[in-house]
Amino acid sequence: MQKYVSQIHRCFRCGYCKFPTDYSSFNCPSYRRFRFDSYSTGGRLWLIYAWSKGEIEWSEHLAEILYACTTCKNCTEQCPMKFAPDIVDWIVEARNDMVEKGKIPPRVARFFEAVYGYGNPFKQLRSARAAWANGTKRYASGDEYLLYVGCLGSYDENGQKMARSLVDILNASGISFGILGEEEDCCGNEIYMLGEAGLFQNLAEKNSQKFKELGVSKVVTLCPHGYNTMKNNYPASGGNFEVYHYTQILSDLIQKNKIKPSRAKAKVTYQDSCFLGRYNNIYDEPRQILQGIPGIELVEMERNRKDAFCCGGGSGNFVTDLLAGSVDSPARIRAREAYETGADTLAVACPSCLTMLTDAAKAEDLDDKLVVKDISQILKELLSAR
Amino acid sequence: MTTTSALYDSLVKIVGKDFVSDQKEERYFYARDGGLMPPHEPDFVVMPKTTEEVQEIVKLANREKVPIVPKGAGLALTGLVIPQLGGIVLDMNRMDRILEVNEKAGYVVVEGGTTHGALKSYLQKHHPNLRHSIPDSPPIATIVANAVIHGQGRLSQQHGFNSDMVSSLEVVLPTGELCRIGSCSVSSYWFSKGPPLPDLSGLFLGWFGTTGIITKLGLKLYPCKKMRDVMLFLTDKAELVPDIMLRLSHTEMVEDVVVSAQPLPLRFRGTFWIMAYITGDSDEELEFKRKMVWDALWEYFESRDVGLLSTSPEMKAPLMSMPSKDLTRFADVSKGGGFQYAGPITPIEKFPAFIRKLEEVATKYNVFYASTARLIDAGHCMMFSFSFSFNRANSDEMARAKKALDECSKFALEEGGVLWKADIYEQRLLMDKMDPNTLVLMKKIKQLLDPNGIMNPGNWEVK
Amino acid sequence: MPLPELKFDRTKCAECQATSCLVKCQYMDFKDKDKAKKEWQKVINSEDSSVLEACTTCYACEEYCPFGNHPFYMIVERQEEKGILPAPRPIVTMWINQCQPVGRFMVGKVEERALSYCFLPHFNTLVKGKLFDGIAWSVIFGQEFFCNAVYLHYAKASVIKDRLPKIVENIKNQGIKELVCLHDECYGTFTSLTSAYGIDTPFKPIHYYEYLYGRLKELKDLIKPLNIKAAYQRNCSARLCPETDHYVDDIFGLLGVERVKREYDRENALCCAEVLRMARGPVLADDVQKRNIDDMVRFGAEYCVFNCPACWDSLAHKVAKQGIKPIHMIDLCKLAIGEEQALRLPELVAEV
Ligand SMILES: Cc1cc2nc3c(=O)[nH]c(=O)nc-3n(C[C@H](O)[C@H](O)[C@H](O)COP(=O)(O)OP(=O)(O)OC[C@H]3O[C@@H](n4cnc5c(N)ncnc54)[C@H](O)[C@@H]3O)c2cc1C
Ligand code: SF4
Ligand code: SF4
Ligand code: SF4
Ligand code: SF4
Repeated sequence: MQKYVSQIHRCFRCGYCKFPTDYSSFNCPSYRRFRFDSYSTGGRLWLIYAWSKGEIEWSEHLAEILYACTTCKNCTEQCPMKFAPDIVDWIVEARNDMVEKGKIPPRVARFFEAVYGYGNPFKQLRSARAAWANGTKRYASGDEYLLYVGCLGSYDENGQKMARSLVDILNASGISFGILGEEEDCCGNEIYMLGEAGLFQNLAEKNSQKFKELGVSKVVTLCPHGYNTMKNNYPASGGNFEVYHYTQILSDLIQKNKIKPSRAKAKVTYQDSCFLGRYNNIYDEPRQILQGIPGIELVEMERNRKDAFCCGGGSGNFVTDLLAGSVDSPARIRAREAYETGADTLAVACPSCLTMLTDAAKAEDLDDKLVVKDISQILKELLSAR
Repeated sequence: MTTTSALYDSLVKIVGKDFVSDQKEERYFYARDGGLMPPHEPDFVVMPKTTEEVQEIVKLANREKVPIVPKGAGLALTGLVIPQLGGIVLDMNRMDRILEVNEKAGYVVVEGGTTHGALKSYLQKHHPNLRHSIPDSPPIATIVANAVIHGQGRLSQQHGFNSDMVSSLEVVLPTGELCRIGSCSVSSYWFSKGPPLPDLSGLFLGWFGTTGIITKLGLKLYPCKKMRDVMLFLTDKAELVPDIMLRLSHTEMVEDVVVSAQPLPLRFRGTFWIMAYITGDSDEELEFKRKMVWDALWEYFESRDVGLLSTSPEMKAPLMSMPSKDLTRFADVSKGGGFQYAGPITPIEKFPAFIRKLEEVATKYNVFYASTARLIDAGHCMMFSFSFSFNRANSDEMARAKKALDECSKFALEEGGVLWKADIYEQRLLMDKMDPNTLVLMKKIKQLLDPNGIMNPGNWEVK
Repeated sequence: MPLPELKFDRTKCAECQATSCLVKCQYMDFKDKDKAKKEWQKVINSEDSSVLEACTTCYACEEYCPFGNHPFYMIVERQEEKGILPAPRPIVTMWINQCQPVGRFMVGKVEERALSYCFLPHFNTLVKGKLFDGIAWSVIFGQEFFCNAVYLHYAKASVIKDRLPKIVENIKNQGIKELVCLHDECYGTFTSLTSAYGIDTPFKPIHYYEYLYGRLKELKDLIKPLNIKAAYQRNCSARLCPETDHYVDDIFGLLGVERVKREYDRENALCCAEVLRMARGPVLADDVQKRNIDDMVRFGAEYCVFNCPACWDSLAHKVAKQGIKPIHMIDLCKLAIGEEQALRLPELVAEV
């Protein structure tokens, strides 16, 4: 039996989890979007409990409530109770049970099918996985790093731009690395969060095994989601390698003066990715990169670092998009918040944030006033400008 | 009566379909609160955004004779937002704007669902010289609901119940008319809820949403000094606590006095912890106040009955935070997600008797207890909480906790206390004891304002 | 089991000319040696004495006595006998309850050589880095290992006598042969208090200063002299183990730190005064703290080096207000080997 069953009743529905630290607004993206208490952390936990006790039946609405959680971990950060670190695990475990019983929202089911069949959630051909790569070198033994690009980096239009930028920077800095190309598979982070434990296990083992066979000892990921799962979940599935997010590598390169961006003129604000920030405590490195660029003025949004407001893309929502369709969709709120800082550029360090926020800026009619760019893109432009 | 689906359509027409639900999940959640009252499902949960929407909904409900229950955060814990007869739960949380701060007159005007957390944060950012009386409920608690139940907060020692700090109201009456109460009924200023007019705010404050829905509220703000500190005194003699409270209050320098008692963790056992909060704009001011507080208790210090506990910064931080998260954490001491308290408002002289009763009842029903007493209005009374935690997955423990609460409430009433945020059973106890003519008056008021009895039925119902 | 009894040698006092225990006391006025001697005899003989009321429990006379007698422990015995309360009763009750063993053993991966955090969470922050390589995980913490010396402040020798043998047993049962005490209240307990009460100590207590000094010598190549002037805040329990004071000089020597020769250091040290505040109220405590910090300023200290985390809690922000940087000895060592100060001044909570 999953652990949540014996624990989940401990939620007091006190609502601390709805807020950022200063209580200034609502920071649970799904609550902020729907406003019914049922969509808050406490609501979800109480409904899961009710379901586990048989007090309510499964319904598609229930499943949507469960899957509207982006696993952003704001609740974990804010809940005053001792069990706070477990909240998202409980939600994921409950999803496991739903998956096992075959009761999930159709959009989530399609996500799983796609990854099963195609190794990515977009139902894109495996053979097209390296279409972005433009001859980027394949990983060969002896390379220092394996650059793991991930599904968004491989297929998503914005993600691809990121991937190409990062490759250019790494090349320029003389780091030895290679990619897997068509051999690359989904990292499984979203699969894990969406509760398909079996499929995740499969992916994690397969990927770990592949890395091992290739003699990979260091992985650098484009995407915080992949970084998270490789760092925190893979070791239990035989993963035995060091893993870095690309911002860690780049901030190091900048600090050691190995890459020297030219002067820019921009006012930039930065969106913390949940899987870098709250999950892995990486708040400084992305900022160090930005601050290492002469001429960039970094301004913070009201909610930042551990209080950052999720873009709404986590837990597969960059595909399933259960929070879309409203001015209250998290990405749109966030785009407005970024704009209010007076910044002209919204920097991200995650392909999911990139794609969510790019679309949101368009929906908010801000796209000519606020450019959404990944840090890799910003940096790349300033390197080639030299 | 119109069919449910027609009602649903009408509600959708008023607030939009995103903000009406008749689905099982919402009905399940809004059937309950975090306390011990039995659940009852609403037929609809509705989230209005504007006063006009509230009016439309109320008119519809009044026409169709559908019960309507305004809900803040549902943290009163005594089931006041559980729709006893179903109908509509009106979740006020989308009406969350802070409309105006008048710095010179020292008030703020908020909407009917604005939270204490949001106001705290807003004032810190935009009006750092002003503050309001924050209750220790989680920050999602709404300002209006807290006033509706006569809550108390961090400034209640000096300025009375949080409802005493209300400085005007806008109310949707049960028949749908919009009505202004207090200075704002004749002026554009929201500085007084009654004087010098007939004080009609009493028709709504304390009524648990049975006489109308408050859509705007003026709230008094008070000076926010630059520094704040807490002095933590301990005594092991319950009988001294009332006098200690009075002496602290007598200094007229202590903004908040809270006394807590609980058997676990062990460090709390056997002593009462008295927290006296002071503020100042300078070290000198703070130092002076510290000295006055010491002087007030010096006699007891010398007799070794009262001691000051030195507090490390780590220990102090949770005592200083507003609201206090520690109170909320009490819900998890039995690893079970629940606690509830009976919090009678009583003369402070009752402290020793109440503590004895609390310990006795906790032993009798084998439940874990804690108590927090807050001094109100320079010692005219206090809120004394009989708190019991319970494990939500243990129905037997829940039943015992409920019995313990009921016994404490009865006791408090017999001792001359008045039950606070009384649940429907406690309301009955109160009304049984109430002056019959007062009851008749209440009944007349209720009938006058809410002829169809649609507002939060089951509450304050005079038989 | 009968409670252990204090070993106190009256004959030493009978022969003692100076009665340093009382004459040197910073809180009583016994310039007249004869008067002191007479008064002290009263204490020994269980008569009523002003000493029992006036003692602030600063521990200092344990050090003042040149004969290794235990004047302070004697005072505590007598205070308890006579029901004299140096601190308010509820404070004593709180302490007795708070530290009561409840069978919750908080241990790391304990080896024969272990660190004792006593009951002080600060060490979670402080114990880090190269200084603790190879031992950081070997830790005991909490009530079950709490030295209990604090009850000396509360005239509750009986609690110590009752609990300490069990504590010693608990430590032994962890298989510990050498216990590096990070708080010298513990060290003093296992060297001075246990022997004074005839409690067998089946492990070797090591003062953390000795440990640090040893480690620093091993890490000598990493040390970059700090070249700073520091005031040393000598704490009450240092009086139980004055023989370890030279390590302060030794360590400072290695680190290039000058121990300013101020009035209130060494034998004449002033305690952090927080116990005085609990015992006597604010006037005396404020006075002691002010004199102490003014003295640091007067002698040009840039840093104030703390030995005791409790002193840190009561004084760190106050010295910082006077422009002196507070630092714990462990952190001072870290600075010199290029590591960061871990225990920092918390934001003074003034949430309004
Ligand atoms: C841990 C904890 C600590 C607490 N500490 C305190 C404390 O220190 N001080 C204190 O006062 N309380 C305290 N409480 C009790 C309670 O949480 C607060 O009083 C809180 O402010 C209630 O607000 P709410 O929004 O949750 O009210 P709800 O429970 O939602 O509503 C209370 C009542 O107000 C009515 N109501 C709601 N909105 C309206 C409206 N717009 N118009 C008319 N009627 C309306 C409801 O129908 C109901 O009858 C505490 C509770 C908890 C759980
Ligand atoms: S998850 Fe934690 S913070 Fe959120 S409602 Fe439950 S107990 Fe409160
Ligand atoms: S993880 Fe994020 S979206 Fe999910 S319940 Fe917690 S705060 Fe809400
Ligand atoms: S205790 Fe020591 S100093 Fe005091 S009188 Fe006895 S021998 Fe002398
Ligand atoms: S403990 Fe301190 S105050 Fe007490 S007698 Fe000894 S030196 Fe004096």
